[in-house]
Amino acid sequence: MRLINRHPGRAARLVLGSLPFLAIVLVYLAASATRLADNPGDKLLPALSSFARAIETMAFTPDRRTGAYLLWSDTWASLGRLWAGLGISAVLTLIAGLAIGVLPMVRALLAPVIAFVSMVPPLALLPILFIALGLGETSKIVLIVIGVTPFLIRDLSLTVASLPREMIIKAETLSASTWLIALRVVLPQAMPRLIDGLRLQLGPAFLFLIAAEAISADAGLGYRIFLVRRYLSMDIIFPYVAWITLLAVAMDLGLGGLRRLIFPWWGMEGRR
Amino acid sequence: MTAIVIENVWKEYGDQVVLESVNLSVETRAFVALVGPSGCGKTTFLRMLLGQEKPTRGRILLDGAALPPEPGPDRGVVYQRYSVFPHLTVLGNVMIGPELRGARLLGRRFGAARRALAEEARSMLAEVGLAGNENKYPAQLSGGMQQRLALAQALMMKPRVLLLDEPFGALDPGIRADIHKLMKRLWNEVPMTVVMVTHDLREAFTLATRIVAFERLRDRPEERLRYGATLSRDIDVWPPRIAGRTTIYDADILPGQDDLTSLGHSFGTTRQTGASEHATRFPHP
Ligand SMILES: Nc1ncnc2c1ncn2[C@@H]1O[C@H](COP(=O)(O)OP(=O)(O)O)[C@@H](O)[C@H]1O
Ligand SMILES: [Mg+2]
Repeated sequence: MRLINRHPGRAARLVLGSLPFLAIVLVYLAASATRLADNPGDKLLPALSSFARAIETMAFTPDRRTGAYLLWSDTWASLGRLWAGLGISAVLTLIAGLAIGVLPMVRALLAPVIAFVSMVPPLALLPILFIALGLGETSKIVLIVIGVTPFLIRDLSLTVASLPREMIIKAETLSASTWLIALRVVLPQAMPRLIDGLRLQLGPAFLFLIAAEAISADAGLGYRIFLVRRYLSMDIIFPYVAWITLLAVAMDLGLGGLRRLIFPWWGMEGRR
Repeated sequence: MTAIVIENVWKEYGDQVVLESVNLSVETRAFVALVGPSGCGKTTFLRMLLGQEKPTRGRILLDGAALPPEPGPDRGVVYQRYSVFPHLTVLGNVMIGPELRGARLLGRRFGAARRALAEEARSMLAEVGLAGNENKYPAQLSGGMQQRLALAQALMMKPRVLLLDEPFGALDPGIRADIHKLMKRLWNEVPMTVVMVTHDLREAFTLATRIVAFERLRDRPEERLRYGATLSRDIDVWPPRIAGRTTIYDADILPGQDDLTSLGHSFGTTRQTGASEHATRFPHP
């Protein structure tokens, strides 16, 4: 049988899928063991026991100075910023993306400037944001908004513009006004795409968040990583990176599940 | 009475003449089938009746008044595809028209008004043979069921004119025969004028009261840009079908045998009342 026709079963898929993870862990353990055998004081690739100790300190022991559980307070600080940024972006995107997709006048007005702005590298704006908005929460949230919104708006307005013309005409023959077409025909069909757009922008959003936290913050996942970097605390950095990744994966899955739950019709036709 | 009058209508896209000097009056309650080779401007013509496109020259009257410049609820439409909303259930698709008309702010009905509308929508669905499918999404329906749904959705608005653009073109023959039966019944029962584009002559003769053919009379390559298609034949189906009455050919409709062609004899004779004497052939379906 040709290879292209050989499909793994359920169990085989599970095994195949976990192989790369297993490989990463094994390679790490081997490398770490060799380095530690050479030099027991090596900090670059700590042993699993050091990770366990670091996690114990960060997640389950109150901080001596503040009494807070650092991993959790960092997580909440970061997620608060991230969600605020993504939430604001989503609202802006819905308004602008819908208006651009539905109204030819607004498209003529806004599409060029958004295409232009989406090419500005957001990180280059960070100093300007810190100067203009101060070092507090605002500048970090605004960086996320500036970083992800132009992409989301372009994505959504393209989706809206690609709705079949017949569907809009049909709504007109059902006596819909422009407003009602936007509300009852376009919005519900744009929402699933917005959710998928947000999922795609989780990575960039975390990037902007960590960049901003690295420069100025007093809590947050990115802040902590860059703080302990000074002490070469790989035993803390690695678990933090894994935790951030886990959070992003969970949010991605969560948004995907949400989309399937609220918009069960999406993708049924198989043309998307 | 005349429902639609088309007076010397031309349609050009840039340099390309698509339709030229089209003249046609359609009686109220007529069922006009529009046939013609692919690309001759049938869809363009239907778009002008919808108000989606403006004639380059000439004018269109609807019940004596100028056609509104954009689509509206007096003219319903069913396309071959994209006629129903994929994000609404079957019931939602049928309810949305009256909801949009009645609730101008939110486009939704609530409470007793909603229940009454849902009741109306259910009986419309039963009418087109979709009872029991209320909670499915269009993508879960077969092609024939989707077109039934599209008809139900359009008819909820009680349009004066129903425009159909090859609505059954993608369906299998058996399913098409079933939906022809439905279409014939709806036209008999609902006070509307129908204009249907089709490339299937058999379908045209099965359903219509009158068949109008578009054709390019000059079709040499160097002429294609400068000359458009025009109305080349205009045939009243004989014996005449009159809305709300069955003809002798329709009288013997047996259950499951509505398509005249399935009765094993030819579908009536035709009497040419033609606008043109050109020796033109019908395109084969
Ligand atoms: N929006 C448009 N712009 C330019 N040309 C068009 C447009 N719509 C249709 N046409 C042209 O008009 C002609 C008739 O098209 P159409 O009405 O779709 O034909 P039919 O429905 O009879 O197959 C075609 O040659 C097509 O290329
Ligand atoms: Mg066509």
